[in-house]
This record gives sequence, structure tokens and C-alpha cells, in this order.
Amino acid sequence: MITLAQLLTLSGILFALAVAGVFINRKNVILLLMCVELLLLAANFNFIAFARYLGDIGGQVFVFFVLTVAAAESAIGLAILVVLFRERRTINVEDLDTLKG
Amino acid sequence: MNPQVLIAIVLLPLVAAIIAGLLGRRIGPVGAHSVAIAGVALSCVLSLHVLWQIYWQGVAAFDAPVYTWLVSDGVPMQIGFLIDRLSALMMAVVTFVSLCVHVYTVGYMRDDPGYQRFFSYISLFTFAMLMLVMANNFMQLFFGWEAVGVVSYLLIGFWYTRPSAIAANLKAFLVNRVGDFGFVLGIAGVFYYTGSLHYSEAFSAAPRMAAQVLPLSATTGVPALTLICICLFIGAMGKSAQVPLHVWLPDSMEGPTPISALIHAATMVTAGIFMVARMSPVFEYSDTALSFVLVIGATTAFFMGALGVVSNDIKRVIAYSTLSQLGYMTVALGASAYSAAIFHLMTHAFFKALLFLAAGSVIIGMHHEQDMRKMGGLAKYMPITAVTAWIGALALIGTPFFSGFYSKDAIIEAVGASHRWGARYAYYCVLAGVFITALYTFRMLFMTFHGPERFRAATHHDGEHADAGHDAEHHDAALHGDPHESPAVVTVPLIALAIPSVVIGFMTVGTILYGDYFGDSIRVLEKNAVMGELAREYHGPIAFALHALLAPTFWIAFAGVLTAWLFFLRRPELADAAARRWSLLRSLLVNKYYFDEFNEKIIAAGALLLGRGLWHGGDQTVIDGGFVDGTASAIGRAGRLLRRVQSGYLYAYAFWMIIGLAVLLGWFLNKSR
Amino acid sequence: MLVEVLFYVFATILIAAALAVIISKNPVHAALFLVLSFVTSAAIWLLIEAEFLAIVLVLVYVGAVMVLFLFVVMMLDIKVEEHRRGFTRYAWLGWITAAVVIVEIVGVVTARRFGVDITRGAAPLPAAYSNTQELGRVLYTQYAYPFELAAVVLLVAIVAAIALTTRARRGLKHQDINRQVAVKSTDRVRLVKAMGTKAP
Repeated sequence: MITLAQLLTLSGILFALAVAGVFINRKNVILLLMCVELLLLAANFNFIAFARYLGDIGGQVFVFFVLTVAAAESAIGLAILVVLFRERRTINVEDLDTLKG
Repeated sequence: MNPQVLIAIVLLPLVAAIIAGLLGRRIGPVGAHSVAIAGVALSCVLSLHVLWQIYWQGVAAFDAPVYTWLVSDGVPMQIGFLIDRLSALMMAVVTFVSLCVHVYTVGYMRDDPGYQRFFSYISLFTFAMLMLVMANNFMQLFFGWEAVGVVSYLLIGFWYTRPSAIAANLKAFLVNRVGDFGFVLGIAGVFYYTGSLHYSEAFSAAPRMAAQVLPLSATTGVPALTLICICLFIGAMGKSAQVPLHVWLPDSMEGPTPISALIHAATMVTAGIFMVARMSPVFEYSDTALSFVLVIGATTAFFMGALGVVSNDIKRVIAYSTLSQLGYMTVALGASAYSAAIFHLMTHAFFKALLFLAAGSVIIGMHHEQDMRKMGGLAKYMPITAVTAWIGALALIGTPFFSGFYSKDAIIEAVGASHRWGARYAYYCVLAGVFITALYTFRMLFMTFHGPERFRAATHHDGEHADAGHDAEHHDAALHGDPHESPAVVTVPLIALAIPSVVIGFMTVGTILYGDYFGDSIRVLEKNAVMGELAREYHGPIAFALHALLAPTFWIAFAGVLTAWLFFLRRPELADAAARRWSLLRSLLVNKYYFDEFNEKIIAAGALLLGRGLWHGGDQTVIDGGFVDGTASAIGRAGRLLRRVQSGYLYAYAFWMIIGLAVLLGWFLNKSR
Repeated sequence: MLVEVLFYVFATILIAAALAVIISKNPVHAALFLVLSFVTSAAIWLLIEAEFLAIVLVLVYVGAVMVLFLFVVMMLDIKVEEHRRGFTRYAWLGWITAAVVIVEIVGVVTARRFGVDITRGAAPLPAAYSNTQELGRVLYTQYAYPFELAAVVLLVAIVAAIALTTRARRGLKHQDINRQVAVKSTDRVRLVKAMGTKAP
């Protein structure tokens, strides 16, 4: 039997890994986007777990919408990335600092 | 007494001044001097009439306001007159001497382009001095005080194209200002304790003020009256040129001679003496202040007289003499012998004005040469001038029967009889001063009017140069021909002043000093009544004079005359030998005790240093740098620091978001625990 | 029992894949590892009996989004060697933050207050339970409005992606309505003084 604790721990670890990935990665904007997907995955895990263990289907509905929005967001994010690459010829995060104060 | 008369006395010179000043070009020189002389003459006649009313007719004193200027916070600022024996006497002296000087000026300033302006100024001065003398409240007194200072400034710098004249008039004004600062503090003190600016209130409050203490700190304090009196006297020190505020008077000789006679001998410088005498009901209650007055006066009397022995400019010698005599008057005030001080003020006004005008006559005769070393033997060419100068000199040194003798001797005896702290020192100073006075006076007489004619050598010397480049350099004038006597407009005032110099002392000493002339206008406390003591020994003017032949004073003066005769007439080489032997002392005297250097290098430079320090340190560094630039740069620096947060890197922003998230989470956890 | 073992296996693979994503030097490898992590998480969701979403995860996320990622990664032609520099400089900060987050999540999860007993297993579902049916029952009735909104979001994403990346073809003439409307008469007509050849 899978306990809630196990699922929650798993999602927690996933989330932490994704967070670490966000700023370990200095070189690649695409990796940044991928870590964001991992974050969303970890959150989805939580929703599913609680939906199952509390018997409320609303959690799964929410995951449905999260998936939708995540897809839309990654599409637009990648489009922006493509345009950025066309202009800058680099996706090195450390080179993208024109908004520096 | 009719207030209209009093207003006329004050306003006539003012109107004359305005007409001569503003319409001078239109009415021409003759019109200007006629208006001015008419104004002052009328004023003089009316003043004598007032004096007659007060003394011979016994009219009661007049003390009332004639015009209220404004009322501020319940305190009225008025123009009012206090005419009693003291002020009536002063009015008579001021207008008479002013009239003499007005007439004299017609001859002295004949060719000067500023002729009308000069008359306007001296009439204006007469107005200001009368306002001062006739005042019945501190406001008007201060107005007159400042006004005479301003006119003195205008007159010293009359020849304003000369840089030395401008320097001198600024010096006079600034030194006077220092004195005025103390004066204003004194007036403020009186106002603080009595709530009024009128003399009557101050006089009646004096005994009460003597008991009050002005706290300087939590534990110490100073008697209020002493402080007020000293502050008031500081004003007198500035105006009457007492040490150390005396430095302006010798330099004031830059002005034309008539004003040296009018302002710096007879009238303006005596304003301080008059003020202290007028304030006698207040000063009497503070022994400390009177001792201060005594010591300052004695110091001035002796040390300033010593400076006259080494001066070579004829006007400067007389200027130092004035300083010294003012010191005598101050000493008398300090010894509570107010009547003696005013008496000496009156006699001194006559013979000192006489001496100045005589010097002016000599200067005209010598074509504006003032150095005594280039004079000599002038008695043959300018007899009237020489005789009147001798009369003035004899009066000055205190020859028995001349007016100066009575006033001076009275002072010396009063100081001798006084028990005030400092009276011993003052007594020795005034006695030594007698010797010094005789020495410099007769040195001046002998060098100018007798002895070899040194101006001849100058003529020959200049004559050789004259052929080469003879251009009109008037101040450098070579004397063409012999010096001649001055015109009547010059000599008549000399004679007019010589007469009182001889007789007025003899005539009035009894009433003024030992009679009850001043009555209520001067108050002396019982314990200080030195004049009262002397009165017991007074047996009339003749006896007074004869008694003096036995007293040391006369012989000291005679010794001074002998010394002058020996060193400057008979064997002048002795003078040079003495100068070489005591060169250190001589250089001290020639440099006027280094007062000017002290003022310039320490006080003025110190003030400049303070100003510069405050400018750099206070204004530039603290205010501009710290507050203005500082806040701007602080904001800039803060901005530069904060700017680093916005690095432009995506991962940094994400990082901060997550940190924020973690903090929020932690906070929520803690809150719900 | 089997369920638990499977769960641990899949969980291990998932965590390893996630780790691999963030550590990979090659972005293509990272993308592929991400695909792996999505697939294993779908498997775990199946174990929890959320079948519909597990399949949707594979179809939509892996099938569409990750493919898109791979397209872009390969299109951008990124050099692999540059990515090694500066990796370890701030790594410690990242790990610390991760640890903090874990601690907090554990703190939240183990707290007694939330009324959830996390140590127990799930209540067994009835035999005729269909996850899809349950979702559908709720989705088209109670959550119909958000459903439509989600569709609009997707539409907006499509339009945005195209609008962002579209390039004008060179040499292609097209109308610019803004400029046409902003024309002034002086741009089109110019009055010229014409000189005749012969004087009148």
C-alpha cells in the first residue's frame, strides 16, 4: 500500500531537485524551462495524491488544467526562445543581461 | 519753557543741512555757507537763551516728549527733550563751537570743490549732536549717537578720492561700531530690567537694579547694574576714544582741520563723557563700573599723552592731546566728580578747538604742509595765530588763572581725594600726564613757531627741482615767498575761542564745581561725594590759583615746559641723542604701542580666520557637502547598491523568488505552530 | 506488496532521471531524461489509480511538449563544450536551497494539524470505478466554464507562438494597412510647373 507520506516525500524531492536545477544551470535557457516543467510535475504529484487520499476528484480536475496551461506556457516560452536566439545567437543565460539595472 | 523753541534749536541746523546739501549747486558756495551759518547762529542764540532761562531765571527742567514715532508692544518710541542744567550747558557749548567752526570753514575750505557739501555735513552734525544731548530717552540718545558716527564717517572721508582718507573713515566707523555693540547691550539691559526706554524710569529703578543679579550660569552671576554700566561705558569708550578703542582718533586727522576741531575735539568725542555724566544716577550705584571707568581713563590719559611726544605731524600731536584730555575727563567720571568732568569738557572744548583751528591756520599758511620738522620760526609771519596758539597751549597745560587750570586741577585733586579702587593708580597717571602734556604741547609750539626757519631749506631744495619739472603738485608745495597770516575769517574765530579759553574757567569755576550748578541733573551718592569734600576747602578762584603755586602740579607742568625748551629749542641735538639712547622706548611709542598691528593681525585676522573656517567647515563641508551633496550622494550610493539586485540574469530572479517562497513557508509554519 | 515494490522502483527511476536532467551537459540528453521522468511519473499515477491523467500526461506532455522541446533544442544547434564552465561555482547555494525546501515541505506534511493522517493507505475504490467517467462527470458540469477558458488559453498560445516567430518572407509584397491609412495628399500628388516649348 502506498502511503500518502511516500507520495508527498517523492514530490518534495522532485520539487527540490527542480529548484536546484533552476540556478545551478547558468548556461542554457532551455534547461531552465525544463526545470520549470519538473516543478509543475512535482506540484501535479501533490494534487493527485491528495485527490486520491481525500476522495475529492477536484484535485485531478486541477491537474487537468495545470497540464493545459503548462503546455501553453512552454509553447510560448519556446517561441520566445527561438526569437531570442535569432537575435542574440546565444542562449547562454549569462549573456542575457540587458535588463540589468 | 517753550517746546517750539527747543524744536527750532534742533531743526534749524537740519534744514540748513538739507538746503546746502540738496540745493548746493543751485545756490552756490555763498548761498550754502550763508544758510548754514544762519541756521547754526540762530540755534546758538536760542541755546544761550535756554541756558539763561534754566540758570538765571530758574525755570524748571523740561522733560517731555514732543513726538511719538511709534508704539511697539506697549513701549513708545518718542522724540523728547530733557532740558536741565547739564544739557543746557552742553547745548550752548555745542552750538557756539559749531558756529565758530562754520565761520572758520569759509576761509579754510575756500577753494575746495566740495564746499557746499562740507557745510551741509557740519550742519547735519550739529543737528545730530543736539539730538543726542537733548534726548530724554535711550532711543533718541542712540539715534544721535549713531548719527554723529555717520556724519563723522562722511567728514573724515570728505576727500574721498584719497585712499588714506577712506581707510581712516572706515576705521573710525568700525571701531565705533564695536563700542556701539556694548552700548546697545547696555540699553537692552536697562530695557530688560525697567521695561521702558525713558531716562526717568531708569534713574528711579537704579537702586533696585543694583541689588539684582544677572545669572551667568547655574551657580554664578554678576550684579546686573554693574554689567549694564560697563556695557554703556563700552559705548562711551568707542565714541570718546578710550583705550583700547582709541585707534581711530589719530587717523581721523585725515579729514579737514575744521572737523578735527568740531568733532574730534569739542563735540562728538565728548558724547561719551556726556552720556556717563547724564547716567550718573545709574552709575553711582555700581562701584565696580566706576572703578573700571577710572582705570581706563587714567591709562588713556597717560599713555596716549606719551605718544604726542614723538609725533611730527602737527595735527596728530593735538589729536593725541585730545585723547589724553578725554582720559582726564573719564578719570573724573570714575572718581564720581561728574561736575569736574563736564567742566573740563567745556573748557577743553574751547582751547582744543582753538588749538586745532590754529594748527589749521598754520597749515594754510604753509600751503598744506603738516610736518613740524619743516616749520619753525613762524611767529614772525603769523602773529595772531601764534598768540592764540600760545593762549590755547597755556590753557591746556594748566597754567594758573587760565581755564584749563581750574578744570584740570579740580580733576587731579578729586582723584587724589577719592577712595575708590584704582584711585591711587589714577592719581599717579594724571600727575605724570601733566608733565607729558606740558612736554608735547611746548614741543609743538617751539618746533612750529620758534627756532630756526626750517621751511627755507625745503624751499631751496625744492627750488632746484622746480626749474626742471615745475608742475602743479599742490600737496608737495614749495613755499614761494614767506608764509603769511591767514585771512580774517580764519583769525576771528581764533580770537573768539581764545577769550573763553582764558576767562571762562575763572568765571564759572565757583558755580559749576563747588556751587549747586548741576543740581538734580547729576546725582552723587553721599559716600562718593569727593567734590563736596573739595568744596569745603574752596575759597574762590583767586585763592585756588595761588594755592596751586604751592602744589606739585604746577611745578610738574613747569618742569615739562623747561624740558621742552631745552630739548627742542635750545639744544635740539640733545633730543636726537635721547632718541638714539632710548630707541626701544621710542620705537614702541612711534608704533603707537602696536595697537594697530594687534587689531589687524589678531582681531581682524582672527575674525577672517573664523569666517573662513565657518565657510569651509560649516557652509561648504557640512551644509553643502553633508546635507545637500551628502543626501544626494547617499541616495546615489544606496541606489548603486540596490541596483545589483537587478542583475538581468534569469536564474537570479528565480532564485530570489524561491527564497521568498521558502521564507513565506517558514513564516506560515511558525505562525500555525 | 507488488504495488509497493513497483512504486519504489519507479520512484527511484524518477528521481534519478530528474537528477540527470539538471546535471546533463548535453541538452538533448537532458530533454530525453525529462521524457523518462514524465513516463515514470505516469506509471506512478497509474499505481495510484489516476489512469486518465497518466495517459494524458504521456500523450500531451511527452507526446507534444517534450517533442517541441526537442525540436527547439536541435534547431538551435548549441555547442556542448561551452556548458562546462562555471557549473560548480554556485552549486552549493542551489543544494542548500533545495535542502531548505525539503525540510519545509516535510515540516508541512508531517504536521498534525491538517487533519490528514498521512501514514495510512488509500481507501479502496469500488469495483465499478472508472477514473475517466468520474472526471468527465465533474469536468462538463461543475467545471465547464474553466474548461472553456482552458481552451481559450490554448488558442491564445497558438496565436502567440505563431505571431512571435513568424518571419516576413523576403521579397514578398504585402499591404501595410496602417501606412495606407496614414497617407497624406502631398505624398501622392505633386504639382509641377510645366514649361512650354514655345513662348505664348
